[in-house]
Amino acid sequence: MKHEKVKLVDENGLRIDGRKPDQLRPVKMEVSVLKNADGSAYVEQGNTRVLAAVYGPREVHPKHLTLPDRAILRTRYHMVPYSTDERKSPAPTRREIELSKVIREALESVIFVELYPRTTIDVFIEVIQADAGTRTAGLMAASLALADAGIPMKDLIAAVAIGKVDGTLVLDINQVEDEYGEADMPIAMMPSLGEIVLLQLNGVLSEEEFYEALKLAQKGIAQLYEFEKQALMKKYVEVKVEEV
Amino acid sequence: MSMTPSNQRIVSKLKRSSIVSLIKKGLRVDGRKLDEYREITVIPNYISKAEGSAYAKIGGTLVIAGLKVGIGTPYPDMPNSGVITVNAEFVPFASPTFEPGPPDENAIELARVIDRSIRELHVIDLEKLAVVPGEKVYILWLDIYVFDHDGNLLDASMLAAITTLLSARIPKAVVKENGRIVELDKEVREPLPIMNKVVTISVGKVNDKFIVDPNIDEEQVLDCRLAVSLSEDGKIAGMQKMGSGTFTTEEVIEAVKLAKKASKTLFSKINEALKKIEEQ
Repeated sequence: MKHEKVKLVDENGLRIDGRKPDQLRPVKMEVSVLKNADGSAYVEQGNTRVLAAVYGPREVHPKHLTLPDRAILRTRYHMVPYSTDERKSPAPTRREIELSKVIREALESVIFVELYPRTTIDVFIEVIQADAGTRTAGLMAASLALADAGIPMKDLIAAVAIGKVDGTLVLDINQVEDEYGEADMPIAMMPSLGEIVLLQLNGVLSEEEFYEALKLAQKGIAQLYEFEKQALMKKYVEVKVEEV
Repeated sequence: MSMTPSNQRIVSKLKRSSIVSLIKKGLRVDGRKLDEYREITVIPNYISKAEGSAYAKIGGTLVIAGLKVGIGTPYPDMPNSGVITVNAEFVPFASPTFEPGPPDENAIELARVIDRSIRELHVIDLEKLAVVPGEKVYILWLDIYVFDHDGNLLDASMLAAITTLLSARIPKAVVKENGRIVELDKEVREPLPIMNKVVTISVGKVNDKFIVDPNIDEEQVLDCRLAVSLSEDGKIAGMQKMGSGTFTTEEVIEAVKLAKKASKTLFSKINEALKKIEEQ
């Protein structure tokens, strides 16, 4: 119930789940989690859990959809019916259609699509448990799955949602903060290059708050980037151990 | 599933390079400055059958928005609020690249960006639109139709949408039989409970330069764009990066500053148009 006011930041400046304003939720990342996909990844941020699978580069049917000078990208962001409090219909909602688009556009700027003309690279994101920040977790899973599939990219994508709750800017919002808060700003970057690939703002911020939010996001993104690199490295370290 | 578009409008290499080199020098193909809008025309109350409407033209881009009003049941999580639904249609009429059928990802994204900005800034006090709280509320359908596509559909659509809401006159709700029946009295009209005004400015990036109000050819040359929704007192009421390029953080800040400057043009056009109808 949106009309009942919930206190989101307590007198000690701690959030509803006990985090500090600039603290991420616990993160878990793993690559190559699926057998069939060319690349796959699992990302968990607090209670948000996401799977991503990549197929490609592969042939496109029908052929007229291809582009002569580059690969096309097909992306689907989807929430499974049991991922939310109330059952979500499996049919794509307007929200999912929009998010699939912004996620595709984010990935287009990262992948070297010109290396694979006349093919498609398909990226599927399934949110299996939603607790806010699903598009940002999904993007990280997608970028890990693309790396796992061996598709050349300029950089990995690290992403986080900034919120404004009870007048305070907070890093990596959870569902309660998203529902009752004043603003939600998902942002995704190529951390090494310092380039923003996705930016949305749902809510009202002053110009100064927006600049603060950008800084806070970069702090979180730097940490998430390290987790991503560790997840990728872990895969190869394990292979090496098996060989010995 | 979202797919890389393959039906894009084609701009010749010659034209493309002239657009880019002009922008580099601070000039535009149509003689504008980088931060200048094309000619803007706003006509409120364009459709007499609608409870609110507006015609908005930016250069060759034409959008007509209309508001229809009904009575219905509120959402269970917002029992004491009226409901507003924003829908946008890109009809094949408006461009050779638009196809028939339900709204595609571009139309859905545009409608949702407009919807979020209007909702988050509390442009309308939805709680005042509850007739019998928890039971019967006003339902507002805001439909945005693009009739001619000459670039920058988002700014034109928001201009039409906000002018529609600001000039709307909705029928009075009459409660009968202890609140069980609510009827609309079309003879008695009142304005919507407006709390704020909002405009959306799309700032396009071409290499290291920024432009507002890209026309249809410039749109094909942009690396990407940042749509910024702003209130009249300069608060950021929503943002959306659109297109597949990237921004650095410094560039985003520059784009927001440019949008803020350009928002004054749009607000003055809206206020001018509203003043004109008040005088009539």
